[in-house]
Amino acid sequence: MVNVVEDRRPQVRRTVIKTLVVLAGMCVFAFALVPLYDVFCQVTGLNGKTASSAQSLVHQEVDDERTVTMQFVTRGAAGLPWRLEVEERQIRVHPGQSAEVHFTFRNLGERSLVARAVPSVTPSPASLHLRKLVCFCFENQRLAAGESFTAPLVFQLTRDLPPEIKAVTLVYTLYPQENDTVTAAMPDDGKHIDAVATRRWADRSSGGET
Amino acid sequence: MASLPPKHRLQSSAADSAATGQHEHHRPRGLMRWVLTTNHKEIGTLYLIFSLTMFLIGGVFALVVRAELFQPGLQLVQPEFFNQMTTMHGLIMVFGAVMPAFVGLANWMVPLQIGAPDMALPRLNNFSFWLLPIAFTLMLSTLFMPGGAPNFGWTFYAPLSTTYAPPSTTFFILSLHIAGISSILGAINIIATILNLRAPGMRMMDMTLFVWTWLITAFLLIAVMPVLAGVVTMMLMDINFGTSFFNAGGGGDPVLFQHLFWFFGHPEVYIMILPAFGIVSVIIPTFARKRLFGYASMVYATASIAILSFLVWAHHMFVVGLPLVAELFFMYSTMLIAVPTGVKVFNWITTLFRGSISFEPAMLFAIAFVVLFTIGGFSGLMLAISPADFQYHDTYFVVAHFHYVLVPGAVFSIMAAVYYWLPKWTGHYPHLRLSQWHFWLSVIGVNLTFFPMHFSGLAGMPRRIPDYSLQFADFNMVSSIGAFMFGLSQLLFVVIVIMCVRGGKTAPAKAWDGAEDLEWTVPSPAPLHTFEHPPQYRPVEH
Repeated sequence: MVNVVEDRRPQVRRTVIKTLVVLAGMCVFAFALVPLYDVFCQVTGLNGKTASSAQSLVHQEVDDERTVTMQFVTRGAAGLPWRLEVEERQIRVHPGQSAEVHFTFRNLGERSLVARAVPSVTPSPASLHLRKLVCFCFENQRLAAGESFTAPLVFQLTRDLPPEIKAVTLVYTLYPQENDTVTAAMPDDGKHIDAVATRRWADRSSGGET
Repeated sequence: MASLPPKHRLQSSAADSAATGQHEHHRPRGLMRWVLTTNHKEIGTLYLIFSLTMFLIGGVFALVVRAELFQPGLQLVQPEFFNQMTTMHGLIMVFGAVMPAFVGLANWMVPLQIGAPDMALPRLNNFSFWLLPIAFTLMLSTLFMPGGAPNFGWTFYAPLSTTYAPPSTTFFILSLHIAGISSILGAINIIATILNLRAPGMRMMDMTLFVWTWLITAFLLIAVMPVLAGVVTMMLMDINFGTSFFNAGGGGDPVLFQHLFWFFGHPEVYIMILPAFGIVSVIIPTFARKRLFGYASMVYATASIAILSFLVWAHHMFVVGLPLVAELFFMYSTMLIAVPTGVKVFNWITTLFRGSISFEPAMLFAIAFVVLFTIGGFSGLMLAISPADFQYHDTYFVVAHFHYVLVPGAVFSIMAAVYYWLPKWTGHYPHLRLSQWHFWLSVIGVNLTFFPMHFSGLAGMPRRIPDYSLQFADFNMVSSIGAFMFGLSQLLFVVIVIMCVRGGKTAPAKAWDGAEDLEWTVPSPAPLHTFEHPPQYRPVEH
């Protein structure tokens, strides 16, 4: 036993080193899959995520020929005594046109809480053509007990929306957040109007308490 | 599972006994002999005993589930505990029973089949075994923790396994890490052994199919166990360190979990079946007294299945909302796997064709494997049809499918292997009449258990639910009766193995007259040290 195994010791060592290199590569690959997945989804729009900060309006002629139904769905979260309501569940827009819809957050609980409304678009390819100029979803919201707060969503469906898409559903799901993480979102392309808008809607005093 | 080869039976040349004799004097006795052993046969035995223990524990969990499902309504356990039982049953059977059993068989038989004196890295071998009892003690201990054991299914989908998980999940993650390290080290050892320690004259294409399938399985393990480790690490961070890999509220994506899990999970199911293919490809030629038909095509088919296994993972996720293109891609790539698998089944049947067949217990299990695994393969093809899967998803049809490929598939192949090699391990033939009883009770029990699940699934019964509508009552009662029949007949298996270790009809070196591989050239029971001088391998044409 000694001689055979000893004789092959260098070869065994080489094999082990090679397998360890593969192993290390696969470990790196496993974690690299997370950013790869994000990039892949961003490029293809596959998981229906929208941009996480304000986008600028694309100036283009409104396509009067086409009308797309825009539907809004809001969902609460387990353990979060909030309600999120939209003034109109469904509107009809032309591609290229910008539109505004108001959402109302209500804290029905007995203490101040922080939450965020996380968007998702169906069908997912539409998420590439949905531009949000102003959205409450870019940041966490803090509501005192019993407080309510209305914020607008200003969006545009661009004209390159695939023609087979007749209806787009935008779902907002509330998720509770840690209490100390109210963050202000930064506009991505520094458009002055967006920055102003974002600041305005973030400001509770002008947010319209009811 | 086998007895230890007695030391006084060491059969080696004078020079060898001088060399190993000294070594022998320092060997620890009693318990420490097993804790410290670096001998591939002893470690193989430890793996097999461990796996049998886990098989019985996981089986008890399954019987709790089947007992609850015997009738509609809640009788025996609470839904929370029911969920823990389904989860632990799956985890224990996959990671604790089937995988270690194959590693144990590899430890015992790979060196014997390639004419090597031991595994290439004997101490690492000892370490990879002893990680397993630690991992599974930890996993089983979660049953006694506040909040109970993991209850989110063996696939531990986030956020069920993160946001909504019991506190014991952190222990579960640690135990999976340890079991994963054990598998990886075992795989490295097997690769190093097969590639470097073959007998002089043995080319790769001379190796038995069991060695070939294990080599490919070991590469699969190296490739995907790090992904599993990565996924559970991300879960750990989501649970304990406030990251949001899988938490939509923090910018993560729960669907990412499913992609990562099944990127590991689909190759994992082939890790559990490729060695089974190897075992059956060794047993059928022996008892058909013919050479294996299409040896080279078997090797290439195994390799193709392994490569394809990386391209089909999303067929587990047809209903998450994949785009049409992805549905089609994963549907067709999945169906493509039926081609190499079909090649294998064809080769087994052609090997049997006009063979001189005898039905020893090992052969009974191997033939049952071919028939019943094929049934599981066909239901797999049905599930691969994406639009049909929208109907079958998360029903008992899926449960029927994967139990057909894992129980009469993987588990039957392990039993076939045990019956086939017990004479080599213990020097005795297993009791023939009792083995036949064990086979027939098992095969009837398995089909009674799992065949009705196809029907209850097609009728719409969901998985992982402790209660069900009245129309499923008859199917479930039959399933439960079959499950107890199958479960209890495994006690007979334990009795047979113990009897075989203690005595029985003495087996010669070549225990089966059609067996041609290298392991049958060493005495039965195999002495502790074999092939200290490598045998000169005479190539047989395949």
